[in-house]
Amino acid sequence: MRNWQRPLTAAVITSAVALPFFALLLWSGSERWFYPDLLPDRWGLRAWEYVFGTAGDQILSSLLQSVLVAAATALVSVIIGVPSGRALGLYEFNGKDLLSVLLTLPIIVPPLCVAMGLHLWFIKLRLAETFSGVVLVHLTFSLPYAVFVMWGVFSNYDTDFEDQARSLGASRLAVIWRVMVPMTFSGIMVAALFSFLLSWSQYLSTLIIGGGKITTLPIMLFALMGSGDRPVAAAVSLVFVTPAFLVLLFSARYLGGKSISGVR
Amino acid sequence: MIQLPPASGADARTRRSPGFFCIAGLITPALSVVLVLFGGGLVFGLMQSLGYMPVVGMNALTREHFRAIIADPDFMPSLGLTLYVAAVSTMIAAALSIFTALILHSLMRKSRIVYFIFQIPLTVPHLVIAVAMVFMLSPTGLLSRVALGAGLIDSSAGFPLLINDRWCVGIMLTYIWKEIPFITLMILSVLRNVTVELLEVGRTLKAGRWQRFRFITLPTIFPSLGAACLIVFAFTFGAFEVPFLLGRTYPMLLPVWAYKNYSDVDLMARPEGIATGIVIAAVVIVTVIVSQGLTKTARRRGVIV
Repeated sequence: MRNWQRPLTAAVITSAVALPFFALLLWSGSERWFYPDLLPDRWGLRAWEYVFGTAGDQILSSLLQSVLVAAATALVSVIIGVPSGRALGLYEFNGKDLLSVLLTLPIIVPPLCVAMGLHLWFIKLRLAETFSGVVLVHLTFSLPYAVFVMWGVFSNYDTDFEDQARSLGASRLAVIWRVMVPMTFSGIMVAALFSFLLSWSQYLSTLIIGGGKITTLPIMLFALMGSGDRPVAAAVSLVFVTPAFLVLLFSARYLGGKSISGVR
Repeated sequence: MIQLPPASGADARTRRSPGFFCIAGLITPALSVVLVLFGGGLVFGLMQSLGYMPVVGMNALTREHFRAIIADPDFMPSLGLTLYVAAVSTMIAAALSIFTALILHSLMRKSRIVYFIFQIPLTVPHLVIAVAMVFMLSPTGLLSRVALGAGLIDSSAGFPLLINDRWCVGIMLTYIWKEIPFITLMILSVLRNVTVELLEVGRTLKAGRWQRFRFITLPTIFPSLGAACLIVFAFTFGAFEVPFLLGRTYPMLLPVWAYKNYSDVDLMARPEGIATGIVIAAVVIVTVIVSQGLTKTARRRGVIV
């Protein structure tokens, strides 16, 4: 009885997950596909040629823009997030619960509300329509996430190694670089990767603060959906989803795939 | 994208405290980003929605914008629809997640590859799935072609409207696809510390399958499930991309409506857009507080670790 249950479950889960990507792949590889044919009438790489050829400049530059924004967000999130995670993971102090609530709110309150509130202020500070403005607004939700990841990491961290290094004459900086960072490296990678992904998936906050000047990939994708060219939109969607797969593969390979259960 | 904070107190082994200044030094950068950028964003938003916009010469504090959105005939239908979408998709996702978690727990414990595949939706941007839903569910989409091929409908006109539709089917399917792995993994993390012993006891006492589920498994997973659901609800309530792509033009979901007003050429509509954003934030914050309360109670009872 159990013999068929396992493969069936595996098959159901796999096909439910694969179905949307299957649809995107079909459309991105179709050149002519009349209703109601089940499969494209003519297959071809027109959409892909358009994405990397005809419109290549635009799409590749928005791809680059997305990568830069997400990488900057991830970098800042980690640099600021690691110390806080350390404090939260290692020590008891007054106001820890309050701090945890303060850090939870930005993850849950939609970036839409924050971006609308910040916009006018950012215009005055000349941060609107700039790269750093967009990174700052992405930071509001990706930094707390990085802090929570590092909190978890430092909860299982043994400071004795640092004491030993110090007693052997290591400087503060050496303790950080040669003991703390290597020991928490996989956690730091998780925090960085998921800050990256959070920023990568953002649409509205980028649109509000970037004001159309910072055209990341999702902004491009919305424009394409509006134009109604389905194969091209499908191809761009597949490009857009690639980092998500890479991150997942990486975390499965290096981190046992356990650390991402908290991500949405 | 949520990771619940680890239980404070439980994890931090008592260490010699490094002193107030050290801790303050460690947390100040993050705290100031949250207070200045996030808190500042909300406070500035609130001020603007109360009519305080010195840049355009509006200085008086007024409740007029909030009154205006509540009086707007579009507001209530929009709020209702948003609550409906968030609540129904969360409930369906929760029900399916309990089922999936139990199956995965009993059948697939050793299958890492299935777990891997199952985690894919966690990292995929909502927008991509919304685009895929258009391709699958629109009147000329894949499903419609399959239905026509199977003789279920005569033409694309016979296919039910599932995108930009009245019942927001496409929007909800996108959320359900995205959230099931999240809720399921939250349940699985507590299912692991249930209680083979407890189930054994149940069996010895001749509790049936349903009774064992109802009185042993469900109470154990409930706090975690509840927290996951509130998080999902809060997210769904305030998300923009999916309803923007898959929703109808009337009534709009609240986030779409907020942005429509905000980006209106008429600058007077802008405070109303921000006020709508504040309403969304308020609903979500209340949800979070409830969620935190739930988790805390659960911890006190020792159900979650």
